[in-house]
Amino acid sequence: MPSTDVILNTTTAGETVICYHCGTACLNRNIATDEKFFCCEGCLLVYEILNKNGLCDYYKLQNHPGLSQIKAGRQDKYAFLDEASVAAQLYSFTDGNHTVVNLYIPGVHCSSCMWLLEHLQKINPGITDSRLNFTSKELTVRFNLEKISLRSVVELLATIGYPPYISLDNTQDKKPKGNSARIYKLGIAGFCFGNIMMMSFPEYFSLTSGMEKQYTELFRYLNLGLALPVFFYCASEFWINAWKGLQQKMLNIDAPIALAILITFTRSIYEIATHTGSGFLDSMSGIIFFMLVGRVIQERVYSSISFHRDYKAYFPIAVSVLTETGTAIRNIQELKENDVVQLHHDEIIPADGMIVKGEARIDYSFVTGESDPVIKEKGDTVYAGGRQTGTELTICITKPVASSYLTSLWNHHSFQKNKHTKNNKESAVHVLSKYFTYVLFALALITGIFWAFRDPSKILPSVSAMLIVACPCALLLSATYTNGNLLRLFSNNGLFLRDADVIEPLGKIDNIVFDKTGTLTECNDKTALTGAVFSAEELASIFTVANSSQHPYSRALVRFLGKYPLQRVTSWQEYTGKGIEATVNGSRIKIGSASFLGIAPTPDHANVYISVDEKKIAAFRFYAGLRTGVPDMLRQLRNKFRLSLLSGDNEREKELVQSLFDSGGQLLFNRKPIDKLHYIASLQEKDANVLMIGDGLNDAGALQQSNVGITLADDINNFTPSCDAILSAGSFTSLPAILNLARNGRAIIRFSFFISVIYNVIGLSFAVQGKLNPLLAAILMPVSTLSIVLITTGLTYFAARLNGLGKQSKPEVN
Amino acid sequence: MSVLFLLVFASIAVAGGFLVAFLWSVRTNQFEDQEGSAMRILHDDPVPNSNVSDNK
Repeated sequence: MPSTDVILNTTTAGETVICYHCGTACLNRNIATDEKFFCCEGCLLVYEILNKNGLCDYYKLQNHPGLSQIKAGRQDKYAFLDEASVAAQLYSFTDGNHTVVNLYIPGVHCSSCMWLLEHLQKINPGITDSRLNFTSKELTVRFNLEKISLRSVVELLATIGYPPYISLDNTQDKKPKGNSARIYKLGIAGFCFGNIMMMSFPEYFSLTSGMEKQYTELFRYLNLGLALPVFFYCASEFWINAWKGLQQKMLNIDAPIALAILITFTRSIYEIATHTGSGFLDSMSGIIFFMLVGRVIQERVYSSISFHRDYKAYFPIAVSVLTETGTAIRNIQELKENDVVQLHHDEIIPADGMIVKGEARIDYSFVTGESDPVIKEKGDTVYAGGRQTGTELTICITKPVASSYLTSLWNHHSFQKNKHTKNNKESAVHVLSKYFTYVLFALALITGIFWAFRDPSKILPSVSAMLIVACPCALLLSATYTNGNLLRLFSNNGLFLRDADVIEPLGKIDNIVFDKTGTLTECNDKTALTGAVFSAEELASIFTVANSSQHPYSRALVRFLGKYPLQRVTSWQEYTGKGIEATVNGSRIKIGSASFLGIAPTPDHANVYISVDEKKIAAFRFYAGLRTGVPDMLRQLRNKFRLSLLSGDNEREKELVQSLFDSGGQLLFNRKPIDKLHYIASLQEKDANVLMIGDGLNDAGALQQSNVGITLADDINNFTPSCDAILSAGSFTSLPAILNLARNGRAIIRFSFFISVIYNVIGLSFAVQGKLNPLLAAILMPVSTLSIVLITTGLTYFAARLNGLGKQSKPEVN
Repeated sequence: MSVLFLLVFASIAVAGGFLVAFLWSVRTNQFEDQEGSAMRILHDDPVPNSNVSDNK
């Protein structure tokens, strides 16, 4: 038997082949058909289905378009869709027969996906039609309930590699329907603005005196007619927002805009009706048009990111409940005390309960941050939010879902706090606009009093002109456009902000708090097997044994070993917390702790020890290594920010990270979620602006307490608690550049603010004298708006280029 | 000069036509999925008896 080094085993057959379906490198050539190789049975299955149905064009459109099927789901994962009440919530239309359902499919990524998903009717004739919205990754399937059930449709999608994402979110609140109303408004405002502008040209060039009076009048009334839809329809959101603000006795940003629009419109009507002038309808519709453009851009940027998700999205939507008659599928809201629930591998515990049967290996990393699973036995209590990583587990619910530990953690007052009031100082835009309004009123009052003594006939023209020309539109636009642009630039670089209000606090950050596990570190491939050298046959046996266990160490070992054919096992015994002992192909394999094997631990405290027939002994070590680029990134950051580290884990990896943090920062281990929250609160008491970067539900309190909370996600469609932003893991190292850009963003806003203040000063200086004529207003207002747009857009792109964030393409999203 | 009346109304009518076209295109969801249609048009209609062939 030739003994081969373990590192080389992936290339046993010489040249590496890649999976025909998904393009992953195949570990061996065992899985093949039609001279095509596949990495796993799942990929082969997909290929066979497509081949049988004549859908192999799928592979012609793109090379290896499929998604790896290595992680296959449980058989009855979608059984809950058989429950009529669950299924009915998901239908967007049904007459009991013809049914339409919208499914969100995160796996969609190329034109082959689209082609396949739109040819579902070839695979199952029960499906009449399917149509994919590529941008929003939503598949609309029409099918006949008599021929195929919703569960079968979903299972079909899962089998061909496109499992839909179904969670409570889908059923509880339906997504608001598009923003087409705003697009209508934009179209109409643009149309009216252009035409009003055109018909105001004679007035601009003072050609009216030479013209016949009838034309002047005609143009003015046409302008008025065109301004009506702008005033009543396009500007409606400003009215509504301003009114809502006033009801709460708040002067929000829309209030002065609404006031300016109202005054402009009334004065224009007055002038036109009394034949004293042409009014300022062109300025009014122009301003409304440009402001709508700004809001549409801003909305577009994050419409494709489904963002605000709460914990409900991570719980299974329904669970298997054991009843006297058998197993029933029940909605988790309907769970009651004393219900007996069956949990499968990788399912989240929906509510606190007591173990009735089976052995629990609960991964509480969402709740406590500790990544090692907790082992519980019959009679022990398990808490909601944990994930079962062992096999089948039966628990008896002791508390209904709402009052469980996780829910109460989530309902802690810091989670409830309104995010907008979190940064107690209001954003600069709001402060300045409020300030602006008062200053404007004061100035208007002084002007009015002044003219009351000098020339009472000028009170009305001058005061109204002031309110018209001093509309904070340019001020508002500078923030809208800068932030809109920054949002786009950030999302191009893998940072997805909840909304634009996050940018400002992000630019003020002076303290950064990192979570360790899953944020700075990841379970990487820096693994090593030292000691005896095993033959391929022995490795296959070790693989077989490790593969049968769900322990993270076993999983790490399986990942490390790669793929081997499963061997015949004659005896198998797992000793809780110690290891596994098994007989495979006649040789006795032991995998476990040093004491379990009866040997002395290696000096580097390896995680797992392996012995074959108690003769060949090897130590397996895997590291929770730092993510690539993290040391460099921390070195860059620590010059500008005070860094600290909070970890729910033990101090095992302290030396790994200690050198990377400067002396000013703190490294704290064994922190519970609430400790993390308190730590951040204590920093904030010292007037620090804290950025928290974490990865999971256990950091939720800290994320919320911090001025800006960023969740690091390996997959942006993945698990994310409510936070201010999601940073995709691939872009983690661009964090310094991102923070820099946010700082620049603040400077850009201040600069364009300054410019628009100058415009306002010029405009007001004419207005107070009662000399504002339509031409001046028509030049000043659009020019100020346009120049603000150009300045902000240009400067943000320039700043992004300076920070090296300019040209980056969208990160790969699986 | 009365030709101006005609011109003004004609130009507004033409512009209005485009406005209606725009509103119609929004209403019929033509701006919903801008990437999808670009890909869909490149997909060939299924050829009867197309045999499975490699793309390598």
